[in-house]
Amino acid sequence: MARYDRAITVFSPDGHLFQVEYALEAVRKGNAAVGVRGTDTIVLGVEKKSTAKLQDSRSVRKIVNLDDHIALACAGLKADARVLVNRARIECQSHRLTVEDPVTVEYITRYIAGLQQKYTQSGGVRPFGLSTLIIGFDPYSGAPSLYQTDPSGTFSAWKANATGRNSNSIREFLEKNYKETSGQETVKLAIRALLEVVESGGKNIEVAVMTREHGLRQLEEAEIDAIVAEIDAEKAAAEAAKKAPPKET
Amino acid sequence: MECVFGMVGEGFAVVAADTSAVHSILVHKSNEDKIMVLDSHKLIAASGEPGDRVQFTEYIQKNVALYQFRNGIPLTTAAAANFTRGELATALRKNPYSVNILLAGYDKETGPSLYYIDYIATLHKVDKGAFGYGSYFSLSTMDRHYHSRMSVEEAIDLVDKCIIEIRSRLVVAPPNFVIKIVDKDGAREYAWRETVKDADVAAA
Repeated sequence: MARYDRAITVFSPDGHLFQVEYALEAVRKGNAAVGVRGTDTIVLGVEKKSTAKLQDSRSVRKIVNLDDHIALACAGLKADARVLVNRARIECQSHRLTVEDPVTVEYITRYIAGLQQKYTQSGGVRPFGLSTLIIGFDPYSGAPSLYQTDPSGTFSAWKANATGRNSNSIREFLEKNYKETSGQETVKLAIRALLEVVESGGKNIEVAVMTREHGLRQLEEAEIDAIVAEIDAEKAAAEAAKKAPPKET
Repeated sequence: MECVFGMVGEGFAVVAADTSAVHSILVHKSNEDKIMVLDSHKLIAASGEPGDRVQFTEYIQKNVALYQFRNGIPLTTAAAANFTRGELATALRKNPYSVNILLAGYDKETGPSLYYIDYIATLHKVDKGAFGYGSYFSLSTMDRHYHSRMSVEEAIDLVDKCIIEIRSRLVVAPPNFVIKIVDKDGAREYAWRETVKDADVAAA
């Protein structure tokens, strides 16, 4: 096996591309990121590892705008993310320039995934070590979309998904608890999912909400704390309700 | 015979452009909007070779938008003007654009401003400026009546004076003009001054 992971252009005898799999490992070590699609709202949430005291946390934005109607969050190597995001932003404007139309979410996802795939089939380069969650509204139909790409260059659409650290736990939670939501309910679902693996509190999560009319809005720490408090209260009420009935009978 | 002119007032900048699209002796249309909204608080009024005009201004617009996404804040008017001039200058001795531009903008910190950028990449920050044969008349009229810190009413009145002068004195005067304004509330269309109405055409 040692001889089949040097240059990624080489398949191993049992059909693996080891560099791609190692890139997926890098993703698994990255911050947890979750995306939830509602009927009129799409939410991205990312785990924020505790910032160093002297660091200006505002310079470390993990959820970024690609265009007025498209946003992206990722898990994995943040430096690789910068490169991909820059290329995607250029492509968004280039598309607008050549065809006078904003990109659809699917188009820009396909572009990013295509870029990630290119780096798995070229000499002397390594794959991008990140998976992305891309959200946006279709510029004409107004339909909300959530897509995920990974280092191998595959992409697909999701109703809700997670990537990065403990993404399996988050995905399990979402599979159990997902239902069509809108507005604030979508935000709560995303935060509840993220809180499964992240320490509770506005300091530890970054949340951004996208709506058709207002585009992307980053939530303030105070807002997140308020929603977390609501969620905790709901959880406590549910716990109390579970314990109460046996006493009544 | 394209006419573009503009001026700076108290807390705003206004630009006016003729709206005729001409090829040799034929008028394609007389409601061609030559003042592009560059971003929320900037206007580009352009005149010159029609293909170059659209190609160049759209290119500048998309690059200004890209800067905003990359850096999280919009370009200042001065920065946008310098970028525009730089692009004209780079292309000048290879594949020049034949476009003259008046760039009007409003910045929160510095207020309204107007930049004169001609096709050979001259850049001047001005209080009033004009391009084309119409400039002989509009510049003289503005020189006579302009004073700093005019109100919107006074400025529009002066714009109308210039339009009247162009209409009466220029041999092939364009019949219609569009006036756009930019202030703290953003860049927007102010009015049209029409003497000839085209059948309604959906904007390109």
